[in-house]
Amino acid sequence: MIATADLLIVGGGLHGCSAALNAAIRGLSVIVLEKDTVGRHASGVNGGGVRRLGRHLAEIPISNRSMEIWRRINELVDDDCGFQPAPQIRVIEHEQDLEAQSQRSAEVRALGFYHEVMLDQQELRSYLPAVAPHCVGALASLDDGFALPFRTTFAFKRKAQQLGVQFYEETIALTITREGQGWKVSCAGGQSFSGRYLLNSAGAWAGEFARQAGDKAPVEAVAPMMLVTQRMPHFCDAVVGAAGRPLSFKQMPNGTVVVGGGTRGKAFPESNITEMSFNELRRSAQTAIDIFPIMSKANVVRSWSGIEALMPDRVPVIGPSSREENLFHAFGFSEHGFQMAPAVGEIMAELIANGTTDAAIEPFSIARFG
Amino acid sequence: MTHYDVAIVGAGPAGMSSAIEISQAGFTALLLDDQPAPGGQIYRSIENAHTDRLDILGPDYAEGKRLVAEFRSSSTTYIPNATVWNVSRDLTLAYTREGVSHGISADALIVASGAIERPTPMPGWTLPGVMTVGALQILLKAHGLLADAVVLVGSGPLIWLLAAQMIKAGAKPSAIVETLPLSHYFKALPKLRFNRPAFSYLKKGLLMMRSVKAAGVPVFLGAQGVAIEGSSRAEAVSFEIRGRMHRLPAETVALHQGIVPNQQITRLLHCDHRWSESQRSFLPVSDCFGETSVANLYIAGDGAGIGGAKVAAMQGRLAALRILEKASAVQNTATSELLAEIEKEISIRPFLEELYLPSAEIRDPKENTIVCRCEEITAGEVRASLASGVPGPNQIKSLLRTGMGPCQGRFCGLALSEIAAQYLGKTPASVGYYRIRAPLKPLRLTELANMGEAEVPQAPVKQELQK
Ligand SMILES: Cc1cc2nc3c(=O)[nH]c(=O)nc-3n(C[C@H](O)[C@H](O)[C@H](O)COP(=O)(O)OP(=O)(O)OC[C@H]3O[C@@H](n4cnc5c(N)ncnc54)[C@H](O)[C@@H]3O)c2cc1C
Ligand SMILES: Cc1cc2nc3c(=O)[nH]c(=O)nc-3n(C[C@H](O)[C@H](O)[C@H](O)COP(=O)(O)OP(=O)(O)OC[C@H]3O[C@@H](n4cnc5c(N)ncnc54)[C@H](O)[C@@H]3O)c2cc1C
Repeated sequence: MIATADLLIVGGGLHGCSAALNAAIRGLSVIVLEKDTVGRHASGVNGGGVRRLGRHLAEIPISNRSMEIWRRINELVDDDCGFQPAPQIRVIEHEQDLEAQSQRSAEVRALGFYHEVMLDQQELRSYLPAVAPHCVGALASLDDGFALPFRTTFAFKRKAQQLGVQFYEETIALTITREGQGWKVSCAGGQSFSGRYLLNSAGAWAGEFARQAGDKAPVEAVAPMMLVTQRMPHFCDAVVGAAGRPLSFKQMPNGTVVVGGGTRGKAFPESNITEMSFNELRRSAQTAIDIFPIMSKANVVRSWSGIEALMPDRVPVIGPSSREENLFHAFGFSEHGFQMAPAVGEIMAELIANGTTDAAIEPFSIARFG
Repeated sequence: MTHYDVAIVGAGPAGMSSAIEISQAGFTALLLDDQPAPGGQIYRSIENAHTDRLDILGPDYAEGKRLVAEFRSSSTTYIPNATVWNVSRDLTLAYTREGVSHGISADALIVASGAIERPTPMPGWTLPGVMTVGALQILLKAHGLLADAVVLVGSGPLIWLLAAQMIKAGAKPSAIVETLPLSHYFKALPKLRFNRPAFSYLKKGLLMMRSVKAAGVPVFLGAQGVAIEGSSRAEAVSFEIRGRMHRLPAETVALHQGIVPNQQITRLLHCDHRWSESQRSFLPVSDCFGETSVANLYIAGDGAGIGGAKVAAMQGRLAALRILEKASAVQNTATSELLAEIEKEISIRPFLEELYLPSAEIRDPKENTIVCRCEEITAGEVRASLASGVPGPNQIKSLLRTGMGPCQGRFCGLALSEIAAQYLGKTPASVGYYRIRAPLKPLRLTELANMGEAEVPQAPVKQELQK
């Protein structure tokens, strides 16, 4: 069987779904191919942090654009995606780290962005009354937030479907080949699809399709880990990180506390399996207890991880192929792509439908790998 | 990290039998169990049971004494009160004991973690005063405790066993309400095989039923539309039999719909599982010796598929012998004898499975019946998410948080697979089951944080434990 559309998308994560929705809004017919089910991987299981704080300088404009969309996400996908506005606060534990953090905030301001601000000890305490006494201050982005990852991805898919996007789940793309001006994608089981444009948003598996097109993309599959506790009395309204050691920490509206950040298990992308490394995860546990002493009463009920694409420079690939026409890439979000997806989908749709975008995507070109 | 030739999880008949076999052969065996004493479900607390309690619990229970004694005298390193909360594919595992976590490694692992009771979602099942038949039996076995005005509801041999045990203890239940459609009796009969083990099971069952009737316990057969009523706690059980409504006052309601393999560990390890239509549950896939799709990981006992205590003990030995056979590269004739004996012993199962197949009503609860107790999600909410295009249990979990609470899906997992399958017109096999994540039981965050030092228990564990 051969199905055709203007745009073929390989990968039904949030980035594939967001691009599909935005392309459909621009009048393109779209087919999304997903080897498992939509949102099965990083997009459905991530920490849900909608964070601008501490981003690579080149990412700030896209991250800001995304933030605007998050604030009215309901208008886009008819679902609030569980989005909650909340400050993102990077707690500083040692006097000697204050300088570096305030320099960072100055650097961001110098580019004309004002969302990253320093908090002194008193301000920090007013945002986080439960923070440990030794914490001396913080770098914060007060108008960030968090959302529910699976619900978000599912909402993007559902809205895209309503606009005519066709999703083929449990459909494994194997090879991409040129077909005249356009592309053909051949799938396991003999199905194939053809379309004028092709978007590679296959997450940790995207390297293979880049390679087939002659692009170089050293994607590594990694397995960031998270844990969640039993419900606790309400004590924290912000998403919290730490300067000097990895942490991502938040209390959900139902009282459970989600802890992660920086620690990785083992990823086996060929079998979809991830394996936890508790020896690593215990460091997140220790950091959480150090910064919030109340966490010494917490009980862990579950831990998990997902398969995520990591680039060597921790910056994603966003833009056209450097070798082939009508092929586009959006992958390698290096553990922080959830927040960016609403804007990146829009940018990809602009690029594909109009041939151009005013977003500054040069730093994300695949050509940087040669 | 201490290393053992073989590590075993679960001190029921399966786990104890394998430990005896392994240690007799001179290999090092570690057995971890979350109970304070060996015995598993059937022989729980058997070492402290006095003759009167042994009499109450019957000859099958007493048989465990011998097995437990043999296990105790073996050179197995036995660690009670140890809950295994993580197992990795490289056969290292983590367990918690007295608030401290430890890690161990092994060349082979035998999972003998037994069965759990099938979830029984029905109106009112989350009210205080409602428990499972298994939980009530545990109170009886461990503490000799009995509740008042107990109505036993559901189906399965365990209901009759507990009723008989309660009668002997002088606290007979106020009624048994059996939810088996009567047609099951006719469908099951042709599956009966007449051999010695089958005959002895049947005889035992009929004797139990007779003792219940002789004691004057009212028995209601073929009940439908069962609901537990009560505002703040259970007050009554209502149901219908052939169009007639019944309402029985009750202080305690004990529910049961049979038992199913406890899949937590084999799911955690991503072992292959298959759907058994006759047991209406998932079973880990294994070869005839119990080796799963993960090399050197064995499953024995009720965790491999429900077979009862005798079969569990034989499967435990079998897995152990197989491991020894592989380690020494010498064939052991005992394995084929065991295989034949197991075959005979399980010949009663097709009859029991057909008879006690959970009814459609149990598998497809009413709209506002709670399915996930931890997060209080109803069957209706589950169906609404399916209607919006969510494909199966794991996505329902992501969306509604079913199975995300402290029970890790033990109370709702199978029910959810059944509801999803029914709603989508698919098989439970194709909609699948929750992905299970560590820790298998809730764990203190401080315990995880402190794991580094404790994880290396260099002192010989055995000495510390044999006090
Ligand atoms: C545990 C964890 C926590 C995280 N926390 C945060 C956070 O708090 N904030 C944040 O911003 N980001 C976070 N991230 C990162 C974020 O989740 C990812 O960057 C983002 O979801 C990537 O989306 P994606 O669509 O590119 O990838 P994915 O969601 O992985 O989607 C790619 C899809 O492509 C499919 N696919 C692959 N190969 C094929 C093929 N051959 N044929 C068909 N389909 C194929 C896959 O099955 C997959 O569904 C976290 C990630 C993880 C794992
Ligand atoms: C509630 C209940 C009551 C039962 N009562 C009877 C009865 O009275 N008579 C009868 O003939 N049959 C009874 N059965 C059936 C019984 O399961 C089998 O007959 C027999 O006990 C199975 O033996 P086993 O060795 O496979 O597992 P079990 O005897 O169940 O032993 C498994 C052991 O593993 C432990 N365990 C499980 N997970 C972990 C973990 N993560 N870490 C550490 N330890 C763990 C359990 O606590 C248990 O001690 C009962 C079953 C259930 C579920």
